[in-house]
Amino acid sequence: MKERKTPLLRGIRARTLLSVSCFAALILIIFIWGSSIGESDLFVDLNKVFLKPSADHIFGTDWVGRDMLLRTVKGLSLSIKIGVLCSVFSCAMGMVLGILAPLIGGWVDTFVNWLVDLVLSIPHTLVVMLVSIACGGGLRGLIIGVVATHWTSLTRVIRAEVLQIKESEYTKVSRKFGKSTLYIAREHIFPQVIPQLVVGVVLIFPHAILHEASLTFLGFGLPAHEPAIGIILSESMKYITSGKWWLAVFPGAALICISLMVSSIGRNIQKLISPSASHK
Amino acid sequence: MKKEPLLSIRNYGVSFTRYEAGLKSRNLQVISSLDIDVHEGEIVAIVGSSGSGKSLLADGIFGILPYNAVLSGEIYYDGKLLTQQDKEALRGREMSLIPQSVNYLDPLKKVGKQVELSVRDKDKKKRRKVVEDLFARYNLSPEVYDYHPFQLSGGMARRVLLTTALAAGSRLIVADEPTPGLDEVALKEVLKDFRVLVDSGCSILMITHDINAAVTIADRVAIFYAGMTLEIASSEDFRGDGQALRHPYSKALHAAIPANGFRATPGFQPYSDNLPEGCVFCDRCDRKTERCLKERPEFRELRGGKVRCHHAT
Amino acid sequence: MQLKAEKVSFAYKKGVQILNQVDFVVNSGEVVGLTAPSGFGKTTLARILAGYEKPASGLVTLDGSPLPKSGYNPVQLIFQHPEKAVNPKWKMRRVLEETGGYTAESLHQMGIMPEWLERWPRELSGGELQRFCVLRVLNERTRFIIADEMTTMLDAVTQAQIWNTVLDFAKKHDIGIVAISHERDLLEAVCTRIERL
Repeated sequence: MKERKTPLLRGIRARTLLSVSCFAALILIIFIWGSSIGESDLFVDLNKVFLKPSADHIFGTDWVGRDMLLRTVKGLSLSIKIGVLCSVFSCAMGMVLGILAPLIGGWVDTFVNWLVDLVLSIPHTLVVMLVSIACGGGLRGLIIGVVATHWTSLTRVIRAEVLQIKESEYTKVSRKFGKSTLYIAREHIFPQVIPQLVVGVVLIFPHAILHEASLTFLGFGLPAHEPAIGIILSESMKYITSGKWWLAVFPGAALICISLMVSSIGRNIQKLISPSASHK
Repeated sequence: MKKEPLLSIRNYGVSFTRYEAGLKSRNLQVISSLDIDVHEGEIVAIVGSSGSGKSLLADGIFGILPYNAVLSGEIYYDGKLLTQQDKEALRGREMSLIPQSVNYLDPLKKVGKQVELSVRDKDKKKRRKVVEDLFARYNLSPEVYDYHPFQLSGGMARRVLLTTALAAGSRLIVADEPTPGLDEVALKEVLKDFRVLVDSGCSILMITHDINAAVTIADRVAIFYAGMTLEIASSEDFRGDGQALRHPYSKALHAAIPANGFRATPGFQPYSDNLPEGCVFCDRCDRKTERCLKERPEFRELRGGKVRCHHAT
Repeated sequence: MQLKAEKVSFAYKKGVQILNQVDFVVNSGEVVGLTAPSGFGKTTLARILAGYEKPASGLVTLDGSPLPKSGYNPVQLIFQHPEKAVNPKWKMRRVLEETGGYTAESLHQMGIMPEWLERWPRELSGGELQRFCVLRVLNERTRFIIADEMTTMLDAVTQAQIWNTVLDFAKKHDIGIVAISHERDLLEAVCTRIERL
């Protein structure tokens, strides 16, 4: 039976695709906008401290008169950058190790397993800090620190999945057809672990943002005058009790929204990729 | 006067709405029209190949079809039209299902304990005895009681599944593929035990793809193809040269049996989403006419059985 | 060519001896039946012959040499459950392309409709899937086919269709077949000789 291509958008699949594209576009817009906000836009104006949200300043102003909307967006874009970079690198590492270790087997697999256990047994906040500092701090140090500690759980999950797939008849059959390990990894295994990868990316994203916040707070992460959303929030905490709610609510809500959007993108990509999940 | 059948299925249909890759949704009529009666003390077999929709029949009788299934037609038990609540009340008690594979068992529990769940007796020792006796009757050694499902070989698993239904003492037993993988000795045992069950008042509806098993075990056979019953015949009709068979597909099945010549009729069963307008067997039939292409035959009585064919005599 | 198993023994971890010093021979062009009650090790022997398991002791040789560890194995096993032997995330077209593809002619002979190539494994019935599993090993490089209860799960007509096609191909290309089944009548219809385990 031939599949007819319909020109109109309808059905669950189309809506899923639309959702993913919209959120992704939104995140991209925030990132670009944020990156383009310069120092000059965030000028200090002591005449305008602690202004409530108004037409001029939709998110209000902070304790030195800077516009909160611009601060929030800039902070978000920085957080997005950090989150994405950390996720991508962690996942790349987790995927490669998670697929190749069980496939190659033997001492390679044992070694990787041991490494995972080792890294997971140390409180990772500490390790993130130590590694970041050792790598010179700043954005680069932070990313290396997060990646070095977050690849592990993904590797574990993917390795478990690969071990199972390895036992399935069709990979063994493929071997009997003369296919190489690389072929099997690429054609049989990789497509099956994509759902886990997507979940992994989505989960690491908020983690990375939080780690950045705590590191910068302690003085080791990003320079304090270029804050990502985590710092903006923690600084705002000081003023909540004196009634300056907009300093925390808007950035907080923004952070939540971004996390939800990333999570939604993750789930929807999973739905699109997996044929069985798209019947509901 | 003919007694009311214990189980009566009339013009039963099951369809699903499915979404698939791309932007399409389609309505799959998996079972279009199933008609079968099981009288008390009878063994009736429904024979259909995989993809004919037969597995859904068991789910339909017990009320465990998926959420997106749409039902049509009726199922009567003891003369009463079954609602979903009726099915839930009867299943596991008056009606039991012997499922297809050991995947239906809890992989973490010992099989003996799982079979015990079907026995309705407060006394733990009595329950265990019932199960042990059943196991012994099916040539399962005593240690099988403590096995886990994964430890059972194919044939052993079948026999354990049989005992789950027997332990409940039901009047109607639906057996979903009870015979593949059984060697001749075990097969004859199953036959014997089915007969013993029937002689003590049970009725059995057997769903299978194996025409040989059906003809050996059952009294009557319903041929199920592309979602509908094409013929209901007695097992006798399938023995010998098969001349008594009514439908061309039944004759094709008969001819394909290894002992009868192993003759293959070309073609295959049409899909639920691609059923022809007229007779579903049309494209493989050497007796088709214009009428067959356009008009789907009615299920009619013929020589003591039933058939869905314009040309059957 | 000759596929030979000599004094093959095999036990699962619990110390249950499944195969004990089993000898088995099949030559090109032959159709050798293998039957035994369930649990006696037919499938285990099939897997050992096709190189999926190593015997605890004993030897499997192809014309005197051990089975190749890499490259296309001239001894191909067809499983009882085709759903397990294909990647559920591959379209059927890809399943055939893994071993070199198909032609319109070969599809027709196997009774495969071209539309099925675009379907996923779970959309096809057991009989249709098995046709694919059989077709993908019907090529020049296969010298022996081990059919482990290949048609046990299929209806009589599909069984006859598939076996007739396989036997035809085997005859044309001098392929040896090991037919494993618990069904005596089937073996008598297709085999040149029958062995019991």
